[in-house]
Amino acid sequence: MTDLALPAAETAARTAAPTVAGRPRRRTLAYLQAAPLALVFLVFLVVPLVLTGIVSLWEYNEYEIIPALTLQNYADVFDGCLSADLCTTLRTYLSTVKFVALTLAITLPLGFAIAYFLAFYIRSGTVRMGLFLLCTIPFWTSNVIRMISWIPLLGRNGLVNDTLRALGLIRAPIEGLLYSDFAVVLAFVHLDTVFMIVPIFNSLARIDRRLIEAARDCGASGAQILWTVILPLAKPGIAIGTIFVTTLVMGDFVTVGVMGGQQIASVGKVIQVQMAYLQFPAAAANAMVLLAAVLLMILGLTRMIDLRREL
Amino acid sequence: MDAFSKPSRRTLLKGAAALAATPVTGFPAVHAAEPVTLRYLGTAVNQSADIARKVKEDLGLTIEYIPVVTDEVTKRVVTQPNSFDLVDTEYFSLKKILPSGNLQGMDAKRIKLADKISSIFTKGEVGGRKIGDQGTAPRKVFYLEGQDSKKFAGEQTEWISLIPTVYNADTLGIRPDLIKIPVTSWKELLNPAFKGKASILNIPSIGIMDAAMVVEASGDYTYGDKGNMTKPEIDRTIKVLIEAKRAGQFRAFWQDFNESVNLMASGETVIQSMWSPAVTKVRAQGVPCTYQPLKEGYRAWASGFGIPKTLSGKKLDAAYDFINWFLSGWAGAYLNRQGYYSAVLETAQANMQPYEWAFWMEGKPAEKDILGPDGTLIEKAGATRDGGSFDARMGAVACWNAVMDENTYMVRKWNEFIAA
Repeated sequence: MTDLALPAAETAARTAAPTVAGRPRRRTLAYLQAAPLALVFLVFLVVPLVLTGIVSLWEYNEYEIIPALTLQNYADVFDGCLSADLCTTLRTYLSTVKFVALTLAITLPLGFAIAYFLAFYIRSGTVRMGLFLLCTIPFWTSNVIRMISWIPLLGRNGLVNDTLRALGLIRAPIEGLLYSDFAVVLAFVHLDTVFMIVPIFNSLARIDRRLIEAARDCGASGAQILWTVILPLAKPGIAIGTIFVTTLVMGDFVTVGVMGGQQIASVGKVIQVQMAYLQFPAAAANAMVLLAAVLLMILGLTRMIDLRREL
Repeated sequence: MDAFSKPSRRTLLKGAAALAATPVTGFPAVHAAEPVTLRYLGTAVNQSADIARKVKEDLGLTIEYIPVVTDEVTKRVVTQPNSFDLVDTEYFSLKKILPSGNLQGMDAKRIKLADKISSIFTKGEVGGRKIGDQGTAPRKVFYLEGQDSKKFAGEQTEWISLIPTVYNADTLGIRPDLIKIPVTSWKELLNPAFKGKASILNIPSIGIMDAAMVVEASGDYTYGDKGNMTKPEIDRTIKVLIEAKRAGQFRAFWQDFNESVNLMASGETVIQSMWSPAVTKVRAQGVPCTYQPLKEGYRAWASGFGIPKTLSGKKLDAAYDFINWFLSGWAGAYLNRQGYYSAVLETAQANMQPYEWAFWMEGKPAEKDILGPDGTLIEKAGATRDGGSFDARMGAVACWNAVMDENTYMVRKWNEFIAA
């Protein structure tokens, strides 16, 4: 943000007399320009986060939260994690991380392929924009509806099972189609691939075509161009898409609930149940742990790709 | 029927008839002059547009529904006590709500039919016979020590916590066309014959009670109070559930009324915890579904009207008028026709056809086709209600929906079950 603000500040400073006072003034201007967004973040992100953090340290009972410092809520989150058997929290996170990995493993190549096709194979700009907008049409309905529409397809007596049975390919219905890990991943791919397509397409569209021509002139094969030219230049898009998908899957509890038949745990669900039972401090503690986990994952990602430099 | 109106059947019926003839004496003119709107917080199940329309006609009151899920009702009452004028909540949540001090005790003197409210609430009896008392039985939380008291009174007082709206006895729903063996006990929920075709509801406080019914039915263990388990009892119950889950017994869990309907209607499950109107809805789709009475009895629930502490003046009067109207028969009949039970049965009876009353309340075969409040066919002539009469069903209640003392621990263990 400050980087973007600098050029404007610079011109402003240059028009002013180049005195010693010019420097602080330039800085003030930059801060002023960053202020509105900073204020929005402060009010809608930092303050609620700090409050959640504080509440997570409070005691509670059935009907009230008591402002007395305790670490009990965190102890409850990690209850039993030191024993040999996996504790609930660890098990839940493992299951959620598994979904993140599976979803990424599918949405990343899929999203890249679609974005690549749009960016390089479609010559006409109008057709490209048309196809791109087509990708966003599913967003005209709510994601719950898009998810639920899978249920009549995948059920025990659903379309898929009925068709397979009618074709004589199977005798008994495949139970694992619905209310299983498969169903959850399928729904995640369906819902989240577009979050991969958009940022990757954006990165690919900005690649200077002359670079590709140059690579070809130098005798690079198609695969080499993809691997050594396009992929490195698409990294920011891939990173942003990955962050979108990771955070969406980590925080989700509706998709896991509906497609997993409520049988699969998710961190979001644990928090929701605790909220419903007025255990706000426990939910807050879980939320802080979730936040830390997601931040760690994103930190790891930015270690691999320096987003600020790439943008 | 005979039993619970024994004291003065003749006078009661007379009174009911009189009420039916002039159900709204007195109030309409008052409210018509200056319209009052009541914000009615509750679950969507009880919030019918027909009731709102009828009360508008009769009293000139506008009812504005705020529909949320069961747990959310409690949360709203505790955290946003000024966001509604009337709340319809389950009795078991009183254990959380009352200590918050956000509800006022209702003056029994202003409730015209307070004496006629079913003995289930006032005494814990059906037809003079004690019924199951485990869990948060309404009897235990019906009276308050004073208007502003945060304590439940052991005996009858002038202050009532909630005026009952509807109550019912829950059991397992089954698909008789897909189940070949007779189901007579709660333990069948975990019968390996139904592997991958069973379901339990994912609302911890209610799901754990259904699980407890199963554990007790299998003869493994007898609880001191299923509605108020000790930590070891919770551990034991959750362990049984986890074993069943890992063995693949459950197809899915449900959390929402409509989910339970879909699971059953599509044949994903053949046996599951269920609520009465869900069974009706499955049948309305032409799919056979039985609300199977079981020998261990029912898990019952009840919900009722409460008034927030801050309500006063004209709105408070309007709330009392609405509640009095609710008990006066039309609404009661409307609810009884959905398979629920209403608070004052005499007035509801006066608003129902004799053949309807015989089918819904006396467990007799239907003389004519039974229609729902919206006119859809629910049962053909000759059918009988699952579980029989009011006395047979409510008399066989084994326990009530509850909030346990170890609720926090229970919720944590439930999350463990879901994660297993």
